[in-house]
Amino acid sequence: MVERKINVSGETCPVPLVETRKAVRTAEPGDVLIIQGDHPPSKEEIPMAVDALGLELLGIEEDGKNWTIRIKIPSEV
Amino acid sequence: MILTGKATLIVQSGDHDKVYSAFIIGNGALSMGMEVSMYFTFWGLERLKKGKLDKGPLSKMNFLGLGKWMMKRKMNQSNVRDLENMMEDFVELGGKILACDMTMEIMGVEKKDLRDEVISDYCAVGTYIKEAKESDITLFI
Repeated sequence: MVERKINVSGETCPVPLVETRKAVRTAEPGDVLIIQGDHPPSKEEIPMAVDALGLELLGIEEDGKNWTIRIKIPSEV
Repeated sequence: MILTGKATLIVQSGDHDKVYSAFIIGNGALSMGMEVSMYFTFWGLERLKKGKLDKGPLSKMNFLGLGKWMMKRKMNQSNVRDLENMMEDFVELGGKILACDMTMEIMGVEKKDLRDEVISDYCAVGTYIKEAKESDITLFI
C-alpha cells in the first residue's frame, strides 16, 4: 500500500478533477491518494467522481479555503 | 475500474472558446469515469491541423484578435490550463479524437496536414450515430 500526495492548489477547473483521475489510473489496489487543493467546486466534485468510479472516500478536511480529500483505491478493482 | 457511461461530442465550431468548452467537458467526463469520443468536423477540424489548436477566434467579441488576447491573458492570470495541455490530458485519460472524413474532402485537408498522433480514427456520420446511440450524453458544439 502506497500513500501518494497530489497537490492541485492554485489550479482551476477541470485540472483538480483531471489530476485526480490520472492518479487513480496509475494507482494500485489498496493505495491511498491525498488530494490537496483550494478550488471550491472541486471539493464537491472530486467526491462525485470518487462515487462514480467506485472508490472509497476516506475523508474531507478543510482549513480555511484549503481542502484535503483522502481516497482509497478498493482492493477488488 | 467502473466506467459510468459514454459521452459523444461533435466539435463543429473552430472558435477558441467553443473548443475550450469541448475539452473541458470531455476531460470532466473522462475524470468522472465516462468514455468520451469527440468528432471534429467543419471548422472544428481546422483545430486538428498542425499548429492550429489554439488559433481559433473567439465566437463573440473577438475584435480582430484583441478580445481573444485579453481573454487569453485573463485565463493565464486565473491559471487555466492551455488548450494544448487540455488535449494532452484528454488523450492520456483515454479520450478518442475522431476526424470527419467528408470535411477533409470538402476542405481539401489531407492526413499529412492533421495531427495524426492524437487522432484515433477518420470516419463519417454513421460512426457518430452508432456511438451517439449508445451514449448517455451527446453534445453539438
